Amino acid sequence: MITKRIIPCLDVKDGRVVKGVNFQKLGDVASPVELARYYSENGADELVFYDITTSAEGRGLFTEILTETARTVFIPLTVGGGINTTEDFDRVLKCGADKVSVNSGAIRDPSLVGKAARLYGDQCVVLSVDVKRVDGVFRIFAKGGRENTGMEAIEWIRRCVGDGAGEVVVNSMDTDGVKQGFDLELLEKVCGAVQVPVIASGGAGKIEDFITLFKTLPGVDAGLAASIFHFGEVAINDLKEEMRKNGIPARIQR
Amino acid sequence: MVAIIDYGVGNLFSLKSSFAAIGEEAVVTGDPEVLHRADRIILPGVGAFGDAAEKLRRTGLDRAVCAEAAGGKPLMGICLGMQLLFEKSFEYGEHPGLGLLKGEIRPIAERIPGGLKIPQMGWNALKIRRPSPLMKYTKEGEYVYFVHSYSAVNCEDSLIASTEYGAELTACVGKGNIFGCQFHPEKSGSVGLKMLKAFCETEGKA
Repeated sequence: MITKRIIPCLDVKDGRVVKGVNFQKLGDVASPVELARYYSENGADELVFYDITTSAEGRGLFTEILTETARTVFIPLTVGGGINTTEDFDRVLKCGADKVSVNSGAIRDPSLVGKAARLYGDQCVVLSVDVKRVDGVFRIFAKGGRENTGMEAIEWIRRCVGDGAGEVVVNSMDTDGVKQGFDLELLEKVCGAVQVPVIASGGAGKIEDFITLFKTLPGVDAGLAASIFHFGEVAINDLKEEMRKNGIPARIQR
Repeated sequence: MVAIIDYGVGNLFSLKSSFAAIGEEAVVTGDPEVLHRADRIILPGVGAFGDAAEKLRRTGLDRAVCAEAAGGKPLMGICLGMQLLFEKSFEYGEHPGLGLLKGEIRPIAERIPGGLKIPQMGWNALKIRRPSPLMKYTKEGEYVYFVHSYSAVNCEDSLIASTEYGAELTACVGKGNIFGCQFHPEKSGSVGLKMLKAFCETEGKA
């Protein structure tokens, strides 16, 4: 049976992982390459690299890091952050990314998802959304959550999947950082609206949050988190043992 | 030396890197001369079957691959590259493949219950169906990474491993010096690397 995926997300700025990491086994805890290798050897099913750099040098450094990671890490690698054009897709795919995640870039240019899907295939295009409740309605936020686009979330997601997005990362701004569990209400709506894989993001604070997620919503394919993995609060292999005990298929490779 | 065939489909960076990781020299090439000098050949591929088959034919690489395979050189197809080894595919019409293995490629949607997502994307377990040099280091139930909407059927004479996704789907095939896997060994962690190593240790036939 296909397993539920557990995905650590690394925010990379000026060549370093931000949000802090706390692994004693790692020499350089902020090295994206070392951290990626550590995760790939310790249960991660996939990795997401977000480029949160703003400078041109930082961007060059990011592609170097990506290349180095892809040279030594042999699990799927998704790259996001600063993807605005099909040239950006090309740039990161050439460095060894398997999938490319678009967020604000798709909002700015609504034809981007369709163009990229035709060029690189649906399986390569990941739609990432930041969603927040505003007056009881789920709205899409742009620019790292700073700007309310006014667009209704489910409608936007459905449209992008129709255009060829092969996977959706749903980040709930309401639950993100609160560590009280994933946004099940939002995720249920997304799962009901699209047929492609759905990745839950925002709100994981402990192992039980993942168990609740997968048990409540069988349509969710993967859980993504950053700080709880980086700080060692949750070890991915422990999480997977617990998933299996609860009848949730998980890949455990010793 | 392993020759990874470059015929303009997909990104070969990870595949080349994975051979480096197991200490095997690999070159990415579209030159039949290099294929001839190589000890083994990898036929990769992503995208649509018809388009990829056409590109192989247009470059004349289809004949080069078949000639090397007929000469006994170990050949391994990966993902769409595995599908191309078969007789034909029904992906958007009907397209002939290389015909090196018996069987055909059909949509998995025809065989799996509704409600399951297509493509099958993610890690799934291998069920070993027949011993093969390709599975030398692979254990029953080990996980590999799949991304596919089509799969090989009517290929019992070459089937060596399958995976369960609403139905039993072809995962690995092998007959003589011809091998293939539907999943991505270059994205399947240590299990995938070990399979590439096993391929590098297979004997060709004279």
